[in-house]
Amino acid sequence: MELNANIPSGPLAEKWDNHRFSSKLVNPANRRKYRIIVVGTGLAGASASATLAEQGYEVSTFCIQDSPRRAHSIAAQGGINAAKNYQNDGDSIQRLFYDTIKGGDFRSREANVYRLAQVSNNIIDQCVAQGVPFAREYGGTLANRSFGGAQVSRTFYARGQTGQQLLLGAYSALSRQIKNGKVTMHTRQEMMDLVLVDGKARGIVTRDIISGKLSSHSADAVILATGGYGNAYFLSTNAMASNVTAAWRAHKKGAGFANPCFVQIHPTCIPVHGHFQSKLTLMSESLRNDGRVWVPKKPGDSRRPGSIPEEERDYYLESKYPSFGNLVPRDVASRNAKEQCDEGKGVGTTNLAVYLDFAEAIQRDGKATILKKYGNLFQMYEKITASNPLHEPMMIYPAVHYTMGGLWVDYNLMTTIPGLFAIGECNFSDHGANRLGASALMQGLADGYFIVGTCIANYLGSNPLATVEASEQPFTEALKQVQANIARLLKSSEGGPEGKLTVDEIHKELGLLLWDHCGMARNKEGLEKALKELPLIQKKFWDTVYIPGTGEELNQSLERAGRLADFLEFAEIMIRDALAREESCGCHLREESQTEENEAKRDDAGYSHVSVWEHMGDGEEPTLHKEDLIFENVTPSQRSYK
Amino acid sequence: MSIDTIDLSLEIWRQKDSKATGNFETYALQNISTGMSFLEMLDVLNENLTRAGKDPVAFDHDCREGICGMCGAVINGVAHGPEPETTLCQLHMRHFKTGDTLVIEPFRSRAFPIRKDLITDRSALDRIIQAGGYVSVNTGGTPDGNTIPIPSATAELAMDAASCIGCGACVASCPNGAAMLFTGAKISQLCLLPQGQPERTERALAMVKAMDTEGFGNCTNERECEAVCPKGISIRNIARMNKEFVKATFFG
Repeated sequence: MELNANIPSGPLAEKWDNHRFSSKLVNPANRRKYRIIVVGTGLAGASASATLAEQGYEVSTFCIQDSPRRAHSIAAQGGINAAKNYQNDGDSIQRLFYDTIKGGDFRSREANVYRLAQVSNNIIDQCVAQGVPFAREYGGTLANRSFGGAQVSRTFYARGQTGQQLLLGAYSALSRQIKNGKVTMHTRQEMMDLVLVDGKARGIVTRDIISGKLSSHSADAVILATGGYGNAYFLSTNAMASNVTAAWRAHKKGAGFANPCFVQIHPTCIPVHGHFQSKLTLMSESLRNDGRVWVPKKPGDSRRPGSIPEEERDYYLESKYPSFGNLVPRDVASRNAKEQCDEGKGVGTTNLAVYLDFAEAIQRDGKATILKKYGNLFQMYEKITASNPLHEPMMIYPAVHYTMGGLWVDYNLMTTIPGLFAIGECNFSDHGANRLGASALMQGLADGYFIVGTCIANYLGSNPLATVEASEQPFTEALKQVQANIARLLKSSEGGPEGKLTVDEIHKELGLLLWDHCGMARNKEGLEKALKELPLIQKKFWDTVYIPGTGEELNQSLERAGRLADFLEFAEIMIRDALAREESCGCHLREESQTEENEAKRDDAGYSHVSVWEHMGDGEEPTLHKEDLIFENVTPSQRSYK
Repeated sequence: MSIDTIDLSLEIWRQKDSKATGNFETYALQNISTGMSFLEMLDVLNENLTRAGKDPVAFDHDCREGICGMCGAVINGVAHGPEPETTLCQLHMRHFKTGDTLVIEPFRSRAFPIRKDLITDRSALDRIIQAGGYVSVNTGGTPDGNTIPIPSATAELAMDAASCIGCGACVASCPNGAAMLFTGAKISQLCLLPQGQPERTERALAMVKAMDTEGFGNCTNERECEAVCPKGISIRNIARMNKEFVKATFFG
């Protein structure tokens, strides 16, 4: 597997301009001859579909939900960053670039991150023009707030529903192109496989979730915008349908998978409270602007929070990290919460929670101001926990949130399969080992609105492609393979449910294995143990899973089983990747690699690279390749938020 | 968080597909933790049904955070259940008590055909947006965001309307099967903002026409939509839409 990142030459600030100039173009009259498939309609997929259709390409867009508006980008609450410097507080493209590189613990590519910072300003303008109702100052200008990992106010927001409003903006642009006939929208379709012709991505096989019918679709290029794989852990903040299938299928067809062990653990989630729990709910990180994190100083102190006097509270983030305080990046906040709970100072019925307290902010600014900022988050918290954050501090605990690993892409967002692009969360490129708040929305929209169009034109303009139709042999073969996979999934269900396990039971088992051994803190011994136990769970799945019904109908158990089968295979490279990375990085603490103060210790000499896994065939050990990360403009330093 | 448990009787609408005739089936469910969400309760039921070799209940859901708008069913006659401004996924079992019978059925409307059990097809709402629920602006070349100043109060009003999640509860609860709260919210958001002005007239006409084409009814001020809306969208948006439509029809 050859890893050429195709980073343009020249000074950092000029790379993107140079690249756009040297990229091939497709003239407007020829664009309508090209067909492009986009899988996924989140921020990246919807914005890419709309933009490519505006440019004149024939776009076919697929989503798993009943409407493109449901994609999981809607759930992002806090905001989106841009280097507008509207607050005149010293922000710049260079600073946004630097904060993002540093926040990612120096494990992302300089050129990609700089480009992200550059186009961030266009995103805000684009969304404003679409009518996204961003918060405004009284004078009518755009309002900003600060976010974890930054000392400037560069985050734009629409109450606590920024992701939803940005997605609805992209969805409206997509809807306009559906009306114009330039996008053919396929809803309730799950991508089951990628089809290659002459080594190039030329189409996909999908399953209609309503009828169970399989179909093939051909195109000149395929863009995956299918999000992250956090649901491998069963419990995560991801939507229930978020999965790894599309990316994993592409991987098995030859696309390198980068940094699969980089999973972000978000510090402010509502804690787990029962074995029946199906998912975890995230509370926006923006709450840490006004909320103070604390635990009782004394382990095992089970008094109500209101009865614990000030001097018996430990505001551990403020005392340990005086300059960032409660706004330390996500990994630092998460790790410290775990540490406090490990020391027995956790609160709540499970002792796996810390307090996020608004009492001081309410006293300072008044209830009305706090409710204006966080009202819907408070309401959401109260609905779930029956406790009102105006009267009692919130309880929070870290949870699996965003995945920084994903399909390896070059500067053109192209995977190692020619003609297969990966954008948004499903690629690996911009966030390094740790994603800062308000930067996921930025990357999704940057890729979709402003970057992938140039890259697609360059690919189509420099690669002559023969016409292929979905009736040709590679498509019929892929279709047969998908049919065989479904038959294999249903095989163990013959003879009824007696003595068998449900899909969720096995998924929970996989989730626990990953959380315990490949979660926030990892060590060699645990990872090796996980690698030994994984095949047992895989075997249990194939031998004893019970799936009611057939493949030729709406069958939600079968859908989940198919995704779990892929998570079970994918987990292997997650664990192997964590095992190979013998350094602590971002929110991934290798217990063997710590500073004297128990902070995560990065090892730049040994691990300043992207780990890229190549699939060598079923049952074969995957091969690890490395893309060295070269830092010409920043000097990696030990991250310190003290 | 309490760890009490309750026992329930569920009457759930079962329908194999769009063509089949549906009927209610009764299920008894014991030891349901009151800390569970309504959908987690359905998960437990489905695990039980699966283990018993029966077909689990199909229902739509995705984010389980009350934002995506994918979930929804009618519980004892109320879309999304008894709690105000709450989606089905954010409804918790602590609001029910032992011995309760819950009648669970899909969102019913001529424009929302049933696909299976509690799953309906709400793509008609997408087609209303496709008729004009957007600002026609291509990517790139847009002016700096601060060159379009918007008074904070106006932005907030637009945001109130924009917070619609498109779940369709308004349609299901309306005796006329009207989608006017949904459509009114989008028309309001865009007509309040300067960006929405150039297409204001055309948008109002096209979106109202799309509602009629899809087979949605008209508003007769029953206010059921507002009562069940999980995002508290006000029927003032319907009034605003009507005004926009009348203005567009008579004054162009």
